[in-house]
Amino acid sequence: MWAAGYLLKRVAFFFLIVWTAATVNFFLPRLSGQDPIRERMIKQVQSGRAWGKGIEEMVEVYNVKFGLDKPLWQQYLTYLGDVSRFDLGHSIAFYPKSVKEILRQALLWTIGLLTTTTLLAFVFGTLFGSLVAWTRAPLWLRSLAPPIMTLAAIPYYLLGLILLFVFAFELRWFPGHGGYRIGTIPNLSWSFVLEAVEHAILPALSILLSSLGFWAIAMRGMMVTVEGEDYMTLAEAKGIKNRRLFFDYGLRNAILPQITSLALAMGYVFSGALLVEVVFGFPGIGTVLFNSIKGVDYPVIQGIVLTIILTLATTTLILDLTLPMLDPRIRRRA
Amino acid sequence: MEISTRHSVLGYLRRNPALVLGLGLLLALLLFAVIGRLLVDIDTAAPLSAPPYRPPSAEYPLGTDKVGRDLLSVMIVGTPLTLRVGLLAGVLGVGFASVLAFAGAYYGGFVDAVIRLVVDVGLTIPSILILILIAIALRGVNPTEMALIVAATAWLWPTRTIRSQVLSLKERAYVDVARMSGMRGREIIVRELMPNLIPFIVANLVNTTAAAILATIGMEALGLGPTSHPTLGMTIYWVILHAGVLGGYWWWWLSPVVIIVLIFIALYLTSVGMDELANPRLRRSV
Repeated sequence: MWAAGYLLKRVAFFFLIVWTAATVNFFLPRLSGQDPIRERMIKQVQSGRAWGKGIEEMVEVYNVKFGLDKPLWQQYLTYLGDVSRFDLGHSIAFYPKSVKEILRQALLWTIGLLTTTTLLAFVFGTLFGSLVAWTRAPLWLRSLAPPIMTLAAIPYYLLGLILLFVFAFELRWFPGHGGYRIGTIPNLSWSFVLEAVEHAILPALSILLSSLGFWAIAMRGMMVTVEGEDYMTLAEAKGIKNRRLFFDYGLRNAILPQITSLALAMGYVFSGALLVEVVFGFPGIGTVLFNSIKGVDYPVIQGIVLTIILTLATTTLILDLTLPMLDPRIRRRA
Repeated sequence: MEISTRHSVLGYLRRNPALVLGLGLLLALLLFAVIGRLLVDIDTAAPLSAPPYRPPSAEYPLGTDKVGRDLLSVMIVGTPLTLRVGLLAGVLGVGFASVLAFAGAYYGGFVDAVIRLVVDVGLTIPSILILILIAIALRGVNPTEMALIVAATAWLWPTRTIRSQVLSLKERAYVDVARMSGMRGREIIVRELMPNLIPFIVANLVNTTAAAILATIGMEALGLGPTSHPTLGMTIYWVILHAGVLGGYWWWWLSPVVIIVLIFIALYLTSVGMDELANPRLRRSV
């Protein structure tokens, strides 16, 4: 009966996170005692900029929902209702466009970039980390450890600045800006995919290079511990082949905490990747966030915060639910 | 036995090169700022004090940026500013975390359960997002306010690690002895637990400071930093905003990147060294 209790706990935790995200999203911007969204809209209406046309309509809708005549708790409940329907409102800067519309495209780019790089970094970093700890690994491989682990101490986007300069400006091997060429319309043809991949290589490389070390450091520690276990000595004494010793006896036992930390690391990867996108003008969530901060487009900023947390909470939930299948110890504990 | 303290400290440092290298690098960065202040007119860190876009030369050793800041002065002012923001947020974060961890782990029960839940939820939400929400409410901050904002999430991780350390310490026999000899809860925390945890807390301070600097620079690079102060992160922001890399102004981003990377490597090495000091069991493996 471990499953029901464990499942319930994880699902409850998921909703707790989503609720926290919504609450924080509602109250934090109002910390200064004012409603910055209202102020921003009023300013926008007064300036009468062409790209905010028709925004009066939005102000009306907003006033009905979050009017000053309503007490704060009622506004809060309205907001929670909106969030549960995933109604994120409209952008102030690009008025008729809804926040959801703006984010849908961007989220696809970001998720594409992040899943690829995270999986690659996880697999290669884990493998590399366990080889570094493995006393029978070749020396050249183990001598790669210090530089790769140093890279882990550098924020992704600073590495991105360097790669951008070397490969896009000096050598001109890769394009330095955007997710596709100016003038191309995104579609599902082969040539477009190739173009997108070409643009994604440098941002992906910045994330990959510095997260490799992160996984390697953690894995090395686990592998050193496992190598010292008695069953390893016994297996070795029995004459079990090196390769089997490494994969079946060592790696398999050392890898479990790595999968647990995958859930925790996702948040870190996401925050780092936001700025990588900005550095390369990659058309994902990060670039949209950067531009919304510049344009003081609060609904979009809030939408991004909520979307990222929702994505992370879902990832965590999925990992939490698959973990007991991989690790019998969790099943027993729960 | 005639081993003087001085001798054993030196001997220990020889066995812990990471700590020496890390602290040495930090010291070098501080010296750069202190000596720089004496030799260079730091007023030129303000815009319009030099011609724009000058590559490094005898007059401007690190070049100048788009609006005519002398980048050498910017680095001299910005390095200690960034370090200070990180350290302030780190101290506040670890201080608050220690109080929570001691209170929760020692008294247990409901208080502890709430602290644990808040930390678990807080750590799932990337702190940069919370910081962005706070920063957009208080537009236009100075570096000290920046540190306060960053401290708002900096306590989460140290609370988790210090709490679990306190939990394991309080099961030790000497705490039982203290309790049996009639010490009260607060007395046990102050006289028995704290002294044993200080190395661990200091190691946490290094990590938290590094995380705080990472968060600060990240927020600054996103455009939420103190726009009128020449910190390292703001320099990165100006580079990104004005496409300085693809414009070919390599000197504009190279010095802040190098200094930030040095800060992170220094803190990383210090933290590895502190870990070894705080947790002697690691000594055989590293």
